[in-house]
Amino acid sequence: MSVDSFQEQAKDVAEKAQELIESVEVLVTEGTQMAMTSAAEYSGPSPLVIGLTVFVLAVFVGYHVVWRVTPALHSPLMAVTNAISSVIIVGALIAAGPAGLGFSEVMGFLAVVLASVNIFGGFIVSQRMLSMFKKKK
Amino acid sequence: MTADLSALAYLVASVCFILALRGLSHPESSRAGNMFGIVGMVIAIVTTLLLPGVVTYWMILLGIVIGGSIGTFIALRINMTALPQLVAGFHSLVGLAAVLVAAAAFYQPQAYGIGMPGDIHVNSLIEMSIGAAIGAITFTGSIIAFAKLQGVMSGAPITFTGQHPLNAILGVVTVLLVAWFCVDQLGITFWMIVLLTLALGILIIIPIGGADMPVVISMLNSYSGWAACGIGFTLENNLLIITGALVGSSGAILSYIMCKGMNRSFFNVILGGFGAEGGAAVGQDLGDKTVKPGSADDAAFIMKNAGSVMIIPGYGMAVAQAQHALREMADLLKKEGVEVRYAIHPVAGRMPGHMNVLLAEANVPYDEVFEMDEINRDFASTDVAFVIGANDITNPAAKNDPASPIYGMPILEVDKSKTVLFVKRSLSPGYAGIDNGLFYADNTMMLFDDAKKMCEHIVKALEA
Repeated sequence: MSVDSFQEQAKDVAEKAQELIESVEVLVTEGTQMAMTSAAEYSGPSPLVIGLTVFVLAVFVGYHVVWRVTPALHSPLMAVTNAISSVIIVGALIAAGPAGLGFSEVMGFLAVVLASVNIFGGFIVSQRMLSMFKKKK
Repeated sequence: MTADLSALAYLVASVCFILALRGLSHPESSRAGNMFGIVGMVIAIVTTLLLPGVVTYWMILLGIVIGGSIGTFIALRINMTALPQLVAGFHSLVGLAAVLVAAAAFYQPQAYGIGMPGDIHVNSLIEMSIGAAIGAITFTGSIIAFAKLQGVMSGAPITFTGQHPLNAILGVVTVLLVAWFCVDQLGITFWMIVLLTLALGILIIIPIGGADMPVVISMLNSYSGWAACGIGFTLENNLLIITGALVGSSGAILSYIMCKGMNRSFFNVILGGFGAEGGAAVGQDLGDKTVKPGSADDAAFIMKNAGSVMIIPGYGMAVAQAQHALREMADLLKKEGVEVRYAIHPVAGRMPGHMNVLLAEANVPYDEVFEMDEINRDFASTDVAFVIGANDITNPAAKNDPASPIYGMPILEVDKSKTVLFVKRSLSPGYAGIDNGLFYADNTMMLFDDAKKMCEHIVKALEA
C-alpha cells in the first residue's frame, strides 16, 4: 500500500466521520424539536379544568370569609360584593378595546358604562355606610 | 404586558377582593377593606387596558367617565332608607353587562381567543350562554325587585295558575336552546336564549312578596356573582372566576341566613305567594280581646323610670324615617340614667343589615346594637321593650302556637320583658297576615301613631 492511497483512505474516513457528526447534530436538533412539540402538545389540563379548580377553591374561600362578616355589616357586604362583581368590566374592556367600531365594540362600550356605574356607585355607597358605623364616645 | 404578567396582576387583584370581604368582619377594619376593594378594581382595570388587544382608549375612557359620574351622583345622593332598591338596581346593571359581554364574545370571539365567528369552541359556547342566561335573569329579576321596593309596583305577590309549571317549562326550553346553540352557533339562537331568560327573570320574582325581599336581594346578589363567573370561564380569566365565586357564595350565604331568620326553606320563599291573603284577617275576633292604648306622655313616664330599655326596630321605622327621632329619644333616656340597647332581628327591614345601617346613620354607636342571638336572653331582665315598626318578629305565636303560619320562626322574646311599648299605626296584622297576641297582653301598652311622630312626642314629653 502506497502512502498516497493510505492518505486518500484516511481522508475518506475523516469525511465520513464528519458526515456522521453532522447527521448526529441534525438528529439532536430534530429530537429536541420533537421533545419541544410534544411538550407543547401536553400543556397540562385544559383551561376549563384549570378554571374549575380555581372556581371551586374560590367558593371555599368565599364561604369562609363571608361567614366571618359581622351581621351588622351585611348591608355594606352587599354593596361591596355588588361593586366587585362589576369586575366583569374586564370582559367589557376587551370587547370595546379593538380598533374600529363594530357591533362587539358597541356592546363592550355599553357594558363599560354599566359596570362603571356599579363600580363607582357600589364603592362610594359602601364607604358612606361604613363611615357611619361609630363606637360609643 | 405579557400574559404571565397580566395573570399575576389579576391574582393580586383577586387577593385584594378577598381582603375587602375579610375587612368586613369588624366595623373597625371595614373601611380599610373597602379601600382594598377599590385598589383591586384599579389593578384589574389598568391591567386590562395594558393588554395588547385593547387600543381604543378614548372610547373606554368616555364610558368610564359617563358611568362613573352617574354612579357617583346616585351613590352620593341616595337616602339610606332607599338602600335596598339601590342595591337591587345596581344588581340589574351587572346582569345586563354580563349579557352584553357575552354577546360581544359571541360576535367577535377572536378578541377573546376562543375561536372564529361560526367556529367557536363548544366549551366557550356553553359558558357564554350560561353567563348570558344568568345575567339576563339577574337583570329583569332585579328590575322587578327594584320596582317592588321602590313602590312602583305593588309589593303583593302576583300569582296565577300554572305559574310554576310555566317557569319549569321555560327553564327546560332554555337548556335545550343552549344545547342547540352549541350545534348551530347562530345569533338568533343566542338572542332567543337571552329573551327567554329575560322573561324568566320577571316570572321568578313577581310571586315573591315585599317582606321576602331580603332573600330576593341576597339571591340576586348571588346570581350577579355566578353571571360574572360564567363570563370568567368564557374568557378563561381567573380574576372573574374568583370574584364571581366570592360574590356568588356571599349572596348564597346571606339568602340562607335570611331564610333561617324566617324559618322557611329557600324554595318556600322562591316559589312565593307568601302573605298573599294578608289583610283579610284584620279584626276578626277582637270582641273578647282588649288593648291598652297609651299616650306619648305615658310612654315617656314609663321609660324614664325604667332601669333598662330595649328598642326593637323594624321596617316601619325605616318607612317613617324615625331613626333620628328615635336616637334623640334614646339620648334623653341615657341622660336620665336609663340603659338603652337595640335588638335587631336578622330579617328586620328589607335587606340584610338594613336596620344596622339606619341606626348607624342616626349616629347610634354600633356597640349599643345587638343581634338576636346575643341579646335574646336579656329580655327577661329588661324593664321596657320599645317595639317600633316591627311586628311578626316579636309575635309569641311563633313559639307557642303550632297552628300559626310563622310557627318555628325565631323571634325576639319581647314578651318576656316587664313592660312592652308597641308603636304602631293600627292593629293591622304584619306581613304574615296574622294577629299578634302581644297587642292584647296585660303588660303591653299600644302607642297608636306614626313611628316618627310618636318618637318626637316622647322626646317632647321627656324634655318637659
